[in-house]
Amino acid sequence: MNQPGSARRLRRRKSKEMIFRAMMAFSLLIVIGCLVLIIGTIIWKGLPAMNLSMITQTPKGGYYLGKEGGILNAIVGSLYLASGATILAILFSLPVVLYINIYARRNSKLASLTRFSLDVLWGIPSIVYGAFGFIIMIFFGLKSSLLAGILAVGLLEFPIMSRAADEVVRMVPRELLEASFSLGATRLETALRVVVRQCLPGLLTAVLIAFGRGIGDAASVLFTAGFTDRIPTSLLQPAATLPLAIFFQLGTPFPEVQQRAYASAAILTVLILLISLLARGLGKRYTRHIIK
Amino acid sequence: MLVLTAVPSFLVLLILIGLFVRARPILAQKPFFSLFFSSAWSPLKGDFGLFPFIMGTLWVTLVSLVLAVPVSLLTAIYLSEYAPRPVREFTKPIIDLLAGLPSVIYGVWGVLLVVPLVGQVIAPLFGVTSSGYTILAGGIVLAIMIFPTIISVALEVFSSIPYPMREASLSLGSTKWETVHHVVLKKGLQGIIAAVVLGLSRAFGETMAVLMVVGNIPRLPHSVFDGGYPLPALIANNYGEMMSVPLYDAALMLAAAVLLLVVLFFNVLARMILVRVERRAA
Repeated sequence: MNQPGSARRLRRRKSKEMIFRAMMAFSLLIVIGCLVLIIGTIIWKGLPAMNLSMITQTPKGGYYLGKEGGILNAIVGSLYLASGATILAILFSLPVVLYINIYARRNSKLASLTRFSLDVLWGIPSIVYGAFGFIIMIFFGLKSSLLAGILAVGLLEFPIMSRAADEVVRMVPRELLEASFSLGATRLETALRVVVRQCLPGLLTAVLIAFGRGIGDAASVLFTAGFTDRIPTSLLQPAATLPLAIFFQLGTPFPEVQQRAYASAAILTVLILLISLLARGLGKRYTRHIIK
Repeated sequence: MLVLTAVPSFLVLLILIGLFVRARPILAQKPFFSLFFSSAWSPLKGDFGLFPFIMGTLWVTLVSLVLAVPVSLLTAIYLSEYAPRPVREFTKPIIDLLAGLPSVIYGVWGVLLVVPLVGQVIAPLFGVTSSGYTILAGGIVLAIMIFPTIISVALEVFSSIPYPMREASLSLGSTKWETVHHVVLKKGLQGIIAAVVLGLSRAFGETMAVLMVVGNIPRLPHSVFDGGYPLPALIANNYGEMMSVPLYDAALMLAAAVLLLVVLFFNVLARMILVRVERRAA
C-alpha cells in the first residue's frame, strides 16, 4: 500500500536526514577551517616580520621600543624550561604508570583512584599551577627563576604525560607480561625490559606531547620563571619564555614590536607543528622491538 | 613506586590546601559576602569584590559553550556515525593539533582576526559600537579552544555504545539520523553531558587567550559586546604588583582557589559520569 500520506512522511524523514547530514558536514568544516585559519593567519602575518636576527640575537637595549635584537633569549629559555620540566615529569610519570599497570592488581582501587586523580589534575587550569608554583617558590624562599618555572611546568606536564603513557602501557597484552614472569623475570625486570621496550614509540609520543604543552604554556610561567633579556646560565636565574615574549611584544604600543610578536608567534607555531609531526613520526618508527 | 603512585591523589589536595592557606588572611579579615558579591574592586583602598570577575568568567564561559557545543557534538556524531575511515583518520591529527596549539597563539590570532571581526562586522550588525575587545571575542576564541575536548570525549562515549543497538534500529526501518537521535544520543546522553562539562571546566580556567581579547574591564558586563574581566585574567594581570599591596596576594590566591574549586567540582562530576558510562559498556 502506498498512500500519499506515508510517501509524504517518508520524504520528510529523508529531508530531515539530509538537513542533519549537511549540518554535520558544515560543523566538521568549521572545526577544520578554524585550524587552517589560525595557522594560516599566524604564518601569513609572521613571515614578513621574520628575519635572521630574530632567532640569533638576544634583545639589545630598547628592543621593546623597536630597536635591534631578537628573541633568542626566549627561545633558549623556553627550550631549557620545557626540557627540565619534561625530565621532571618523566621521573614522576613513568614509575606511576608502570606501577598502576604492572604492580597493581587488576581492578585495583589504587589504580583507578590514581587514574581518576590524574584526569582531575589534567583538568586543572595552568594559571592555578602557576599560582601553586608561586606558593612553593615562596615556601622555599626561591626567587622567580628557571628552577621555579621548571617546577610549575613540570607539575602541569605530569598528568598530561602520565595519561598519554597510561593509554599506551594499558594496551600491552597480559600474555606478554605472563610470558616474562614465567621465564623468571621479576616485575621490575618485566617493567623495564619488556614493557618499556614494547611501548617505546608510544611513550616517546607521550613525552613529546607533554613537551609541546610545556613549551607553549604561558600562564604557569608568568609567576614563576620571571623574564629577562639574557640567556640563563644557572637554574637560579630568571628565564624568558617564548609565549611570554609574544605576549609582552604584542602588549607594546609600537607597531614594529607588534610585528615581531607575530613573527615570534609564527616561530612558536612552527615549533609546535614540528614537535607534533615528530611525535607522529616516532610513533611509526621505533616499532622494531614491538611484539605484535 | 607505591609512594610515587600516591602523588597524584595527594597533589590535588596539596594544591587546594596551599592556595587556601595563602588566601586565609583575606578570608579572616573580610566578610565572605563582600568578597564574593561586592563589585567594588580597588586593592589600594582595600576593596576586594570579586563579583565582576566571577560574572566575567561566567559570561565568557557561557558564550563559548553556546557556540562550541552544537558544532562539537555534530562533528563528533559525524565522525563516529557517518564519516568514512579516511575522513576520520584525516581529522584526528587536526583535532589533536587544535588541542596542542598554545593559548598565546589563540590569543594572537584572536587579536588579529576575531577582535576586528567583532568590532567592525558583528557589533555594527547589531547596531552597537565596540572596540572588539569584548566578551563575545573571548567566547569565540574559547569556543575553538574547547572543540577538541568536547569532540574527543564525545567520540569516546559514542564508541562505547554497542553496535548491535544501532543495527536493531536500522533494521526496523529508521533512517540513519533517527538511529542517531533515538539510540546514540539517548544512550550517550550522560556521556555527552560529561563531555560538555569537561569543555566547560576547560573554558572556565583558560587564561592567556581570553586575557588578550576580552578587554579586561573590571565592571559587571551587561551584554556580549561589553568588555569583561574573567578571574584567570585577573590573576595573570596582577602578579607583578600583588606583593606590594596588603592583602592583594591573598585576594589573588583566593581567586585561584575559587577557580580550582569550581573546576574540581565539574571535573570530578564529569569523570564520575564517564567512569559509570565506561563500566556499563564493559
